[in-house]
Amino acid sequence: MTAASPPEVLRAPLVVEFPFTRSLGPVQSAFLTGLRERVVLGVKTADGKVMVPPVEYDPVTAEEIRELVEVGATGTVTTWAWNGSPRPGQPLGTPFAWVLVRLDGADTAILHALDAPGPEAVRTGMRVRIRWAGERTGAITDIACFEPHDAEATEQATPHDGQFADAVTGIVAAARLDYTYSPGRSQTAYINALADRRTVGERCPSCHKVYVPPRGACPTCGVATTDQVEVGPAGTVTTYCIVNIKAKNLDIEVPYVYAHIALDGADLALHGRIGGIPYDQVRMGLRVEPVWTEGGRHPDHYRPTGEPDADYDAYKELI
Amino acid sequence: MPTTSRYARDVAVVAFAQSDHRRRSDELSEVEMVMPVLHQVLDQTGLKAGEIGFTCSGSSDYLAGRAFSFTMTLDGVGAWPPISESHVEMDGAWALYEAWVKIQTGEADTALVYSYGKSSPGSVRDVLTRQLDPYYLAPLWPDSVALAALQAQALIDAGETDEAALAAIAARSRTAAEANPHAQLRGGAVEQGDYQVRPLRTGDCPPIGDGVAAVVLAAGDTARRLCARPAWITGIDHRIEAHGLGLRDLTDSPSTRIAAEHAGVFDAPVDTAELHAPFSSQEVVLRKALRLDGDDVAVNPSGGALAANPVMAAGLIRIGEAAARIHRGESDRAVAHATSGPCLQQNLVAVLEGEPA
Repeated sequence: MTAASPPEVLRAPLVVEFPFTRSLGPVQSAFLTGLRERVVLGVKTADGKVMVPPVEYDPVTAEEIRELVEVGATGTVTTWAWNGSPRPGQPLGTPFAWVLVRLDGADTAILHALDAPGPEAVRTGMRVRIRWAGERTGAITDIACFEPHDAEATEQATPHDGQFADAVTGIVAAARLDYTYSPGRSQTAYINALADRRTVGERCPSCHKVYVPPRGACPTCGVATTDQVEVGPAGTVTTYCIVNIKAKNLDIEVPYVYAHIALDGADLALHGRIGGIPYDQVRMGLRVEPVWTEGGRHPDHYRPTGEPDADYDAYKELI
Repeated sequence: MPTTSRYARDVAVVAFAQSDHRRRSDELSEVEMVMPVLHQVLDQTGLKAGEIGFTCSGSSDYLAGRAFSFTMTLDGVGAWPPISESHVEMDGAWALYEAWVKIQTGEADTALVYSYGKSSPGSVRDVLTRQLDPYYLAPLWPDSVALAALQAQALIDAGETDEAALAAIAARSRTAAEANPHAQLRGGAVEQGDYQVRPLRTGDCPPIGDGVAAVVLAAGDTARRLCARPAWITGIDHRIEAHGLGLRDLTDSPSTRIAAEHAGVFDAPVDTAELHAPFSSQEVVLRKALRLDGDDVAVNPSGGALAANPVMAAGLIRIGEAAARIHRGESDRAVAHATSGPCLQQNLVAVLEGEPA
């Protein structure tokens, strides 16, 4: 928070995390299975070049390429960059060199890390060899890193059938990204009002529609919604559905009703759960009000007010 | 038109606007950041949002970690009832390409193109690793600076540059940015600093920040009506390298060269070049590919991406800056370039021309 940005800028941690499951083609499968067995395979392109790491299709002709060869676990650095501050997920936790390495017998280079004492120990043209990971699963990380290796290149590519017992056919690539979410001017005002158990929308200065929750702009007029308008607390169920599947980590008994609720004074319905009434008695036009729980930053659910149902004509434009 | 067009229709950039590019913009949501720039660019033409034939945006939800953030920013153009629009998960330069094609088909006479990047909520170096080959590269988390550093070392090994020359590119860019009120990093006194990933120092790397850009395209007589001196797109093309980094000669950019040939860059001299080179070393590669070897061409008079690099907008800004120089009468024939991916993976080249006064 800074003095220059009143009101307080809200911030919250946001984690985006996916385990991507990806299938492999026959060439990638042979390559990654080979790494598990400490064998490095390349593929021959249409013009006879040996590509490591290999791909399924020729990068020039787009032909399917399947002729596998075994290359050495030793090679030559073609370019490098010294990484003094390793970042999360990178191959080594201590300072290392990123390298492109042309393995003996290959015509192209593979990207990986080189474990070296410092930048003065690294140069283009230096000889290196693979340091294998102790536990290997059929992934590029089966190569723990490269390490300096003072020996001349001798190996040539030799034919390989790519056959291994129990070939890997896919990888699971975990990915996690950490963010700090801040909602911006309009939603900050909305969230701050909720903390006082008030629902505050914003009115479009051009068409005068009141948006709840506000997103900062009127999608019809393309201008900022700046006038704040308190709406509710009561509202009308405009439409609803009955949820019969229990969501993971959600402590609500099924079936329950999830509804669109047009709060009084709002020109847009918001979403909420309906409680305090059997699920099969909820109906369009039902009048409801928010129920707050101790410490909650938004209504826990909405319950019937006991008023007569709203006329269809009163809410039909908001469905 | 200055030269005979090879295309079905003559299309020009008639307006350009951008935000001030800043390290953070926590107090604004994406649509709140984008909307003022949309209003500015439309104001320049006198058009209202509803009068635009086609709208195309470029952005990446990964930057701020907000799913479908581009649908939220669409509120800012007044997209309801539904308008004719599209989105690319790429730099806005490619959104401009799609809009240009749309106008070529005759389905629209005008287009609004905008793009934005909000890198501040996340760690953009790490976020960009997620665009890499998922089998062989992404599991190693090689960040954007590391990959650019491998390219820089290859250039140094080839004798095409050295650290002093890279520092000079960085200093020249930030000195030029003194005249650019939107730039995030300006002034010749910006320190080169320590190595980020050797051989690249802090000064060789772009600033991280949030920003927005927008342009309006128009065809033929509409362009002449909306702009005193339209920046005619007389050529535009984009190409991509093979995706294996170890397969490429990192010291060269055949994709840029071929795109430039197809865009007609070499058919006549240019006086201005706006190059999307986020890293100082990448300007070396692009100058070679575009044959910008002398001092007779103003290269990145805006300061370029080394002065402001809102990811997903920085390429569109290059086209906008080149066009704005033509609008102002400071250029007659300019080349604009945009890039995407690691080590100049994909490249778009456009030629912009103004008619004689």
